[in-house]
Amino acid sequence: MSVPEKSQYRYIGAKRRAKEHPRFVSGRGRFVADIALPGMKHVALVASPHAAARIVSIDAKAALAAPGVLCVLTGEEFCANTDSLAIGVDAPKVTRFALANGVVRYAGEWVAAVVADSRALAEDAAERVEVEYQPLPHVIDLEKALAPGAPLVHPAHGSNLLYQRKFVWGPVEEAFASAEHRIAFRAVWGRSATVPIETFGVAAQWDAGTGILDIWASIQMPKFPDQTARALRLPGNAVRVHHDVDVGGSYGVKRGIKHTVLVGYLAKKLGVPVRLIEDRLENLRGGDMQGPDRFFDMQLAFEGDGTIRAMKIRAVDDVGAYAGRSPFQLGKPVTAICGPYAIHAVEYEPTSVMTNKTPQEAVRGFGQSPTNFAIERAIDRVARHLGMDRLELRRKNFIRKDQFPYTIPSGSTYDSGDYHAVLDKTLAAIDYASLLRARDEARSAGRLAGIGISSCLEPSGGNSAFEVLMNPKNENTTWMDSCLVRVDLSGAITGVINNSSAGQGHESLVSTVLGEILERDPEAIRVVRADSLTALPSNSPVGSRMAIMLGGAAAGAAKAIKETLIAIAAHNFECPPEDLEYRDGGVSLKGAPEKKLLWDQLVEIAHRKFHKLPAGIEPGLQAKFVWEVPTGGALPTPEGRIQIYPCYAFEAHLVLIEIDPDTGKPAIRKYACGHDCGVMINPDIVHGMTFGGIAHGIGAALYEKFSYTEDGQLAAGTFMDYLIPSAMEVPAMAIVDHCTPSPLTTFGQKGSGEAGYLGAPAAIANAINDALEPLGAAIDALPMSHLAIWNAIDSSRKKAA
Amino acid sequence: MSETLHAVSVEVNGRSRSAQVPARLSLLDWLREELRLTGTHVGCEHGICGACSVMLDGDPVRACLMYAVQASGHRVTTVEGLARPDGSMSVLQDSFCETHGLQCGYCTPGMLIAAQALLNANPDPTEAQIRDAIGGNLCRCTGYQQIVEAVQLAAERTRAK
Repeated sequence: MSVPEKSQYRYIGAKRRAKEHPRFVSGRGRFVADIALPGMKHVALVASPHAAARIVSIDAKAALAAPGVLCVLTGEEFCANTDSLAIGVDAPKVTRFALANGVVRYAGEWVAAVVADSRALAEDAAERVEVEYQPLPHVIDLEKALAPGAPLVHPAHGSNLLYQRKFVWGPVEEAFASAEHRIAFRAVWGRSATVPIETFGVAAQWDAGTGILDIWASIQMPKFPDQTARALRLPGNAVRVHHDVDVGGSYGVKRGIKHTVLVGYLAKKLGVPVRLIEDRLENLRGGDMQGPDRFFDMQLAFEGDGTIRAMKIRAVDDVGAYAGRSPFQLGKPVTAICGPYAIHAVEYEPTSVMTNKTPQEAVRGFGQSPTNFAIERAIDRVARHLGMDRLELRRKNFIRKDQFPYTIPSGSTYDSGDYHAVLDKTLAAIDYASLLRARDEARSAGRLAGIGISSCLEPSGGNSAFEVLMNPKNENTTWMDSCLVRVDLSGAITGVINNSSAGQGHESLVSTVLGEILERDPEAIRVVRADSLTALPSNSPVGSRMAIMLGGAAAGAAKAIKETLIAIAAHNFECPPEDLEYRDGGVSLKGAPEKKLLWDQLVEIAHRKFHKLPAGIEPGLQAKFVWEVPTGGALPTPEGRIQIYPCYAFEAHLVLIEIDPDTGKPAIRKYACGHDCGVMINPDIVHGMTFGGIAHGIGAALYEKFSYTEDGQLAAGTFMDYLIPSAMEVPAMAIVDHCTPSPLTTFGQKGSGEAGYLGAPAAIANAINDALEPLGAAIDALPMSHLAIWNAIDSSRKKAA
Repeated sequence: MSETLHAVSVEVNGRSRSAQVPARLSLLDWLREELRLTGTHVGCEHGICGACSVMLDGDPVRACLMYAVQASGHRVTTVEGLARPDGSMSVLQDSFCETHGLQCGYCTPGMLIAAQALLNANPDPTEAQIRDAIGGNLCRCTGYQQIVEAVQLAAERTRAK
């Protein structure tokens, strides 16, 4: 497939400032905490100090007597009047409510909500709520949770096992029996998350006159209005979620459904606006946004020449105390289960386990980054086993560009790619020979240094078919997105989108696409957000889907506007539309450019001159476009083969790390990321997400962990324990662009919202291991903290002595 | 519990503001909730993330770690005070837009404060000095690269004037 010329597009791919930026740099963003509703009250929470306990009694008398207090709500009333939040997998007894009722299942779980005139008064009163607990046995370790006799997190479910299935795609056992070599090892992904700088917040207001509950929230979640309404036992049209709230970062985690149901209930009950803004401890401990926490038992069968024949992956994931969507984070990786490699037989055994920890929530990549890490550790281990160059091994097993579209054993078809070219380009950009020299010089000078490589896929397009794969009772195969385009009487264009944004630049995306199709200046195009009662259907910006889905929807609506304009001109020129040419918003007769109707004239006919409007064209000038994810819509086969995402971007990471042998402290010396996400609509935005994704990956690989003590307490409840990389830890990075267009999308674009994060942890882990190799040491668990690295160095030295 | 109120008088973005506040009210909450200067953001409330950075007499400080009463008699500059007198964007603000030095915009006001304080003191910073100056401000979107570029661009543009 050819790389498109830049000139093919007028605005797409060109440098363009983001439309959103001016309001943010001037302090005029409108985040949820900035919304002040008249008479608004504030919520503070009483949280469980125990990992597991029976609630014996709650005495709210003293709290209710405190100044400014309106209400102390407990689980007994709340759970009787609301329904459980959605349970993704088929586990109906694993119900989940915002407030604990009778029993708490993790330290930090909300036990009561106090509403007062100010947050400070609510916190004062929350300290006066007397809760008597009877501690129960708890389990924190996921393997212990699976052992017979383990304390049960949800006794009604009968087990701590939430989901398990063994998929076998292709002749796995045959390959393992006949291959020349086999390796087995365990890779461990530590519990971390994307932890946005803005905590989750929500404000709600019940209007008894209209019977509408208005909600402003810091959200990024599919079906959020619907789920809120269901849990509150309200019809969908009684909940109005305002999408014009700026979201201060999300990267998957801003779900906040339990917060919203709680605040919605309180606002309706009390008849006053109520808001809950998490403080940082609530966010880290009880905000239900910790990410995957899993180990991978990896087995590979391969030949002496490096050909990988088969792979077995057993992935055991700790979802914490409740289910939600978290088990599905084991399902998405099915769509890229063999990575960029032509591995013909794969066994995959996802296992989802409950423990007495904070519930897991969606995190950037939805489980793909941990899987990529495990696969890439495996590739490096195969290379080490064979004494083969890691790059050669990858090149040997890469799917070749002439093999696309390429169907992997688990049933997904990769749309396009050129992995060899991207890797080679990245090696050239970072000057691999000099990288090797730098590593070897550092080693000869007595320092530890290593080069890390990872090459992996970035599935995009957000068709959440892992739901139907993992829950046979779920037949949801529709994952549409939409856009409405209006051209008003003045000729100004407005794009209406149906979701909130957390920095992805959707206003820039839509204005660029509309400008491209309609050949109008994107600068002058406004993009607004419908609320959930006026919105067209959307599945929100998850799964790197918006460049594809919202971009495609905007293009579809703009094309319809363009067709209408051509039809109006054809009617007025009394000629067939094929004789006409659209340019810059005007329509002229081919070969007679002086015979034309300009944009303003066409708009005026559409709005005001019905006598000049052709039959069958609706007056006014507006168009909507709703579309389903390309290649989506099917149920899985009985063996669990399914097309999940439509588009597959590729990234190749190269990193040089030096380690201080005395402290175990790593320092990233050089970083390059080759990236092919097809046609970029706004390169600055794509690069920005990639840089940010790499920074997240650095955090997950080296610093960030939600550690728990033996007694089930979160030991990382502040930013002094949960370590987010700063500009001192994140190095300067180089991004190397490549473009293999997707044949499935409007402009050849693929998604890129999870870029960088999907390959950085793997590359860093491989670099640390390359650095440790001369000592004979290896680490396969993330995060590779200074201490973990130092321990590996120290034990290898002791062994040598 | 009735709270004793204390008089404060602070020059905020060039304007003198007086109020009666409880001792425990943070400078951050006073700016946001009472003066409605919501450009300064709440991030961690324990002094790590820097989202609440404001300038106090020209130096960047954490508004979450200061009480409003402590700011009395001082000059405070928030992100709303960074624009030029005519309301248009400052060189630094414009540079952030140019290099895509932000995504969600949440850490941005604090970053701008930290970076502006650096540029006021050092018009020609090295990359290492820029990283050091913003090292106390966490960003989860950008990986800092385009922020560093923005500060470099602003320095270059300011010097060229």
